[in-house]
Amino acid sequence: MTLSDVRGHSLDLKGIGHAFGTTVALDEIELAVAAGELIALLGPSGCGKTTMLQIIAGFLRPSKGEVRFDGARVEHIPANRRRIGMVFQNYALFPHLSVFENVAYGLRARKRPNAEVAAKVEQMLGLAQMAQFARRLPGELSGGQQQRVALARALAIDPGLVLLDEPFSALDKNLRLDMQIEIKSLLKTFGVTSIIVTHDQEEALSMADRIVVLNKGRIEQIDSPDALYDRPASLFISSFIGHTNLLRGAVTETDRVLLDAGPEINLGRSAQRRRGTAVTISVRPENIAFGAADRPGAIPVTIRATVPLGAVSVTEVLTTSGEAVKISQARAATTTKARAGETAWLAITDTSRISIFSTPADGVQDHQQRSV
Amino acid sequence: MSPADTTASRQLLPALPLAALFFAAFVLPLTALVLVSLFRDPQFSDLSLVQYVRFLSDPFSLKVLSDTLWLGAEVALATLVLAYPLALVYVASGQFMRTLITFLIMLPLLTSTVVRTFAWIVILGRDGIVNSAMLSLGFWQAPARLLYTWEGMVLALTQIQLPLMALPVINSLLRLDGNLTRAAEGLGASRARIFITIVLPLTLPGAIAGWLLVFAAAATAFITQTLVGGGRIILMPSYIYQQAVGVQDWPFAAALSLIFTLAVTGIVFAVGALSRRFVRGVDAA
Ligand SMILES: Nc1ncnc2c1ncn2[C@@H]1O[C@H](COP(=O)(O)OP(=O)(O)OP(=O)(O)O)[C@@H](O)[C@H]1O
Ligand SMILES: [Mg+2]
Repeated sequence: MTLSDVRGHSLDLKGIGHAFGTTVALDEIELAVAAGELIALLGPSGCGKTTMLQIIAGFLRPSKGEVRFDGARVEHIPANRRRIGMVFQNYALFPHLSVFENVAYGLRARKRPNAEVAAKVEQMLGLAQMAQFARRLPGELSGGQQQRVALARALAIDPGLVLLDEPFSALDKNLRLDMQIEIKSLLKTFGVTSIIVTHDQEEALSMADRIVVLNKGRIEQIDSPDALYDRPASLFISSFIGHTNLLRGAVTETDRVLLDAGPEINLGRSAQRRRGTAVTISVRPENIAFGAADRPGAIPVTIRATVPLGAVSVTEVLTTSGEAVKISQARAATTTKARAGETAWLAITDTSRISIFSTPADGVQDHQQRSV
Repeated sequence: MSPADTTASRQLLPALPLAALFFAAFVLPLTALVLVSLFRDPQFSDLSLVQYVRFLSDPFSLKVLSDTLWLGAEVALATLVLAYPLALVYVASGQFMRTLITFLIMLPLLTSTVVRTFAWIVILGRDGIVNSAMLSLGFWQAPARLLYTWEGMVLALTQIQLPLMALPVINSLLRLDGNLTRAAEGLGASRARIFITIVLPLTLPGAIAGWLLVFAAAATAFITQTLVGGGRIILMPSYIYQQAVGVQDWPFAAALSLIFTLAVTGIVFAVGALSRRFVRGVDAA
């Protein structure tokens, strides 16, 4: 058996709902994951990510709905017969067993012969670059090493599905980037279907084939990282995925929006809303720049501060209607022109990349705060 | 005296009453015991090690010691076997059941040993609850002798000492990370395998702590041993009492006490040290 023969399950969630007492943790979840796909489950704290993983893994029986592996329903199958590799947030390595025995655990539970166990464990530890640590106890490993062991343990049972619950949250930032790349390539090598839970949108963007955005127990959007960034389905997503600037206004013509901050913007396409509708437009920081005062659509702003961030610098400005806007520029292009308190003008670079949303009744502020 | 010395001695001042108590109630009597045990005869005539030689060369005395230690081990094992199911039920229960179980476990601690022991006499006696029930139900033809037997003593001591075992086991079970058992389950392990390979080793420090407490308590339980065991079974506590108060052989009684104390503490330390060697990677409770 070669590695590339190991294929993951396809996974279907149909009408999944779950409540803890009166708390509705999940509602009307519809999700189809293809075999071998790497999915990120992204959402703010308490939106139901862990609950969803526990339902897929079989630790929790959903209040309603169907879970299907390769088309067959599995709700009645207990967790220990589902062939799922789970990586826990705190790794949950068995502290009294050596690295070797941790990885061997699932094979021993399946009563595989010793020789096969040894061969498989060595192979897994080799892939995870942990071979020289086989005899150590988990407590004698660094965070990154523990994580590799946790993944090796999950993969050793040839799982049809690997579930990772915030696997990088305990690692520092540099190590986290390395591990993201390493683990993604390992999961792809195995061709195993994987779901990785995260509340870090950068992690989701960099690792996943598709991202499922969960909010308050419901799926808001399922899309590729690029589509999610360029065409967010809701105001919530536009501010949750990447940074964005939200400007309020109202539709004046089919293709025009008059911003509270001053100018009228020509969208170059239909706003698909009636005249007079209050809208909020989302403009990414790289799609907005300083420009001349007399340019059509120029937005007058007051400079607040400039923050250098390595390769780019971010300037924060305030519109006349009080919206905070961030502009990112290559640092080389930043001049000393922009000083705090001065007036400047902004121009939207590419109006076709603006997203438009109806302004929610509860205001925009709420969404922006949650995106932090 | 340097300023540093003065502050150090000031800081030790609050510990003085405890130190005095420790000296008066532990060091002094122990020293007296050692001294008394070194006399040749009850008349305190000559110093010698003859009492120890007498103990070690007397098969009866050695048998009493080994029986006593064995009783402690057996009761501790029985409480251990009972404590795990109890603790597992406790951990799986809701708040109400937990309070109820805690109350039932603590109940024996709230009554005096004498009362609990007499309750067992009522239960196990010739006309006791067990005998009358079995006779009236027709299972037994004649009343069985339950009181004044080894088994009756083990039974009574097991019930009386159960809290000492149940509490540390419940405590270490509560501190077990639920993700560990979930991880084992996800890897395909059955309930039994999870218990043997994960739950048991990781709660072993609590179990050993409980085992040692019960061992020491059961081996030295003078009242219960005497009342439930009757005069038929001679164990170290009653043996010492008999030698001191009955025969008035104070030097031999002192030697017996010291040997018994050393044996019990020796086993406690040996089991503790052994368990630390074999239980790797587990926080001691
Ligand atoms: N065992 C439980 N009993 C009651 N309520 C629960 C339980 N587990 C979760 N909840 C509730 O269900 C909702 C979803 O919880 P869940 O743990 O799935 O969130 P999450 O997305 O994983 O959050 P986080 O990012 O903080 O881990 C929350 O409101 C939570 O309070
Ligand atoms: Mg969670």
